[in-house]
Amino acid sequence: MTYEILLAGFGGQGVLFAGKLLAYCALFEGKEISWLPSYGPEMRGGKCNCSVCISDEPIGSPKVLEPDLLIALNGPSFEAFVPTVKAGGKVFADSSLIDAACDRTDIDCYMVPATQIADDNNLAKGSNIVLLGKLLAETGLFSTDTVRKALEKNTPASRAHTIDNNMKAIALGMEYQG
Amino acid sequence: MEKVLMKGNEALAEAAIRAGCKCFFGYPITPQTELSEYLSKQMPKRGGVFLQAESEVAAINMVLGAAATGTRVMTSSSSPGVSLKSEGISYIAGSDVPAVIINVQRGGPGLGGIQPSQADYWQATKGLGHGDFHLIVLAPSSVQEVVDLVSRAFDLGDQYRVPVMLLSDGLLGQMMEPVSFPEITAKEVDKSDWAANGTKMARKHHIVNSLYIEANDLEDIVKERYARYAVIEAEESDAEAYQTEDADIVVVAYGATSRVVKSAVNKARAEGIKVGMLRPITLWPFPKKQLCAACENAKAVLTVEMSMGQMVDDVKLALECKKPVSFFGRTGGVIPTPAEVYAEIVKLNGGAK
Repeated sequence: MTYEILLAGFGGQGVLFAGKLLAYCALFEGKEISWLPSYGPEMRGGKCNCSVCISDEPIGSPKVLEPDLLIALNGPSFEAFVPTVKAGGKVFADSSLIDAACDRTDIDCYMVPATQIADDNNLAKGSNIVLLGKLLAETGLFSTDTVRKALEKNTPASRAHTIDNNMKAIALGMEYQG
Repeated sequence: MEKVLMKGNEALAEAAIRAGCKCFFGYPITPQTELSEYLSKQMPKRGGVFLQAESEVAAINMVLGAAATGTRVMTSSSSPGVSLKSEGISYIAGSDVPAVIINVQRGGPGLGGIQPSQADYWQATKGLGHGDFHLIVLAPSSVQEVVDLVSRAFDLGDQYRVPVMLLSDGLLGQMMEPVSFPEITAKEVDKSDWAANGTKMARKHHIVNSLYIEANDLEDIVKERYARYAVIEAEESDAEAYQTEDADIVVVAYGATSRVVKSAVNKARAEGIKVGMLRPITLWPFPKKQLCAACENAKAVLTVEMSMGQMVDDVKLALECKKPVSFFGRTGGVIPTPAEVYAEIVKLNGGAK
């Protein structure tokens, strides 16, 4: 089985970090993986996206053009990438920041008020992880234990307190029924 | 062996330290900067020197100095920075000292862009500086191969006393893949007959130099170097053949582009089209024998590059124009898609099966 996943948003929203967590989860499960960032020269605010391929086979082109799964963190990426999702694919989008509705009937689109959920729970800037939680709930890709391991691997000791917050964001995303 | 996820640039830096690189001189440039950043943190902790020079020109001349002592030394840059280094690289070649030079290619010419490119093929294989000389040029296509080829680059440089370039690109540099670091033992090469590393008042001093005023002397030196190049061409060319045994169509691609091509080849194979890929791992020496063997039964050859077509000349020369060679490429930082390459394959096949 091969999953081609695209995560997209503005720089600073945690697009690359969320992609990295997926990549590490896959690493712990012994999969073939590629993680490819794409961004401009800006540190924050520019368009940013991240291609993650997870497979049992060696990965050819690492650039995801027709994702099976899309996480869209803002309006421009929702509009740009929803049309590229494979038929039967799934979209996870932050409805707190996206007004548009999904006009495709051949994909499943999960609109989650991720920014609102994160803010209501003192998890500012956690919208990326909330959406990741929803993705995990709907795909069953990885267990929460694996996600915790990936978080531990990617969190410096000085920020260790954020691991529990991020696990809470994962749980909130998983529980959300919209 | 434990696998870790690393960016190509970081893995390259770690592999260089493990291969015994003791000195790094460089100047930052996108998309290679993670490499310098990693070494700036690690080299001082692991018995090496990291120095950010005032310019690329200064950095490459520091490389020449360190190389003259027989120390394993590396520099890295991206396309515009490599152009600045070309003078020093010619001096390194003319001084017969080993050094490893990394080019994480981006779009050009001029300042170009910061997205991946392969438009420095000609520069790397034909003209990286003035004078009669070659570099060995290695082209990895995965993060793991980046790691494996770095230690080979140092070994080859020491063995033949030539500069070696590892030609990466913005895609390989920026992407993360699982990678493991095999235990390596650097090839022990005796440098005692040329390294300028101190006489301890016990021997005649060694001179590392590229200036020969007498024309006949310079010709002799260049000819001796070309005799070494002939050995390299005979011994060191390398390529991966993928599904070429029964191929009617052979696609030639190297580096990151070969991954896109592999995806397209797999799709075409699934549709019953007999297509394979030949992936040069050494760009100089160009793997002529391997290419000719892979194309023996081919009716058509297609070269795919992230440039306007540079390697395609070497493909035609190696095949002595006995097979029709066509070209497909994207440039300026645009990465070709598997669908585009597949369409080219179908065209050559005379339509889908």
